[in-house]
Amino acid sequence: MSATDAALAARDPYHVGHAGESQARGHGAGGPASKRIVVGYGFWLFLLSDIVIFSCLFASYTVLAQATAGGPSGKQIFDLKRVALETACLLASSFFCGTASIAVARRSQLWTQVALIATGLLGLAFLFLEASEFAALHAAGDGPRRSAFLTGFFTLVGCHGLHVSVGLLWLGTMMAQLFAKGFRADIRRRFLCFTMFWHFLDIIWVAIFSLVYLVGTKL
Amino acid sequence: MTIDPTHAAGGADSVEEGDEHVPQFSTYLIGLALAVLLTAASFWAVNTPLIYGPGIPVALATLAVAQMGIHLVFFLHLTTAPDNINNALALAFGLLIVGLIVFGSVWIMAHMNYNLMAMSHPMG
Repeated sequence: MSATDAALAARDPYHVGHAGESQARGHGAGGPASKRIVVGYGFWLFLLSDIVIFSCLFASYTVLAQATAGGPSGKQIFDLKRVALETACLLASSFFCGTASIAVARRSQLWTQVALIATGLLGLAFLFLEASEFAALHAAGDGPRRSAFLTGFFTLVGCHGLHVSVGLLWLGTMMAQLFAKGFRADIRRRFLCFTMFWHFLDIIWVAIFSLVYLVGTKL
Repeated sequence: MTIDPTHAAGGADSVEEGDEHVPQFSTYLIGLALAVLLTAASFWAVNTPLIYGPGIPVALATLAVAQMGIHLVFFLHLTTAPDNINNALALAFGLLIVGLIVFGSVWIMAHMNYNLMAMSHPMG
């Protein structure tokens, strides 16, 4: 390490670039950040804005959770066994999505497709469980119009389910693109965005199963 | 200006090849194990007599936040490395907004409920 490097390390020990001469890319002297970093950052900002949307739905649900208007409360309609199964499906799906990103980084077409099929099937299982829950509630006359609580519940959980559905469509196109176009740099950036989206959906689900279903059974 | 043939196809650039790190399988395994553990703890905490009843929602919220952190670190690979610090800063700002919306709404609406209670149940 030269004298200037040592001086730089003293001024900027974590290489965040505030000293102006950091060699890290995207921080002045290191040159511009790579396209992959920039694309990931842009998509991360989109995900954070989506999180803000979900936070509004969480806030409205929490405010309306007691307003059952004589209808059923969360305690009466939430089936924790089904929720545990949904959670397991989505978590395993997220894990397989992670293994798919390893397969993509190692340029293995076979394992990429296998991992993505597992990701998609578990996502479908999750959607099926959620749809059957919604259908049962609707059949019992406890649809979103029954009470403010159910409106908030269907809006929040349904919005997450809608995200999962869109994610599954994206997954299908991603599999086709990886298969047809191979591991091109731009395809791998798209795939990076997809994995971020899919992991993000699991993070939202953690908040839903904890704060809607589990806390709901205690209220 | 010469045109690099590798740039011709759909914006693929050979410069980018170098900075894609191969994620470790063990990272995802550790993340999965921790997430399963925290999920199991959440489902256990709902009906355990070991936690003071009114404190259970707080315990569930804590476990949820912990699991979200696990997901961010082990699945989304969020770090404070130089090429990642902007993501962490953006997350911090996002959390501020989320906190304002959720806690602000709940706080204000709880007070409004309290203030309106006297109207819906007149004394006497």
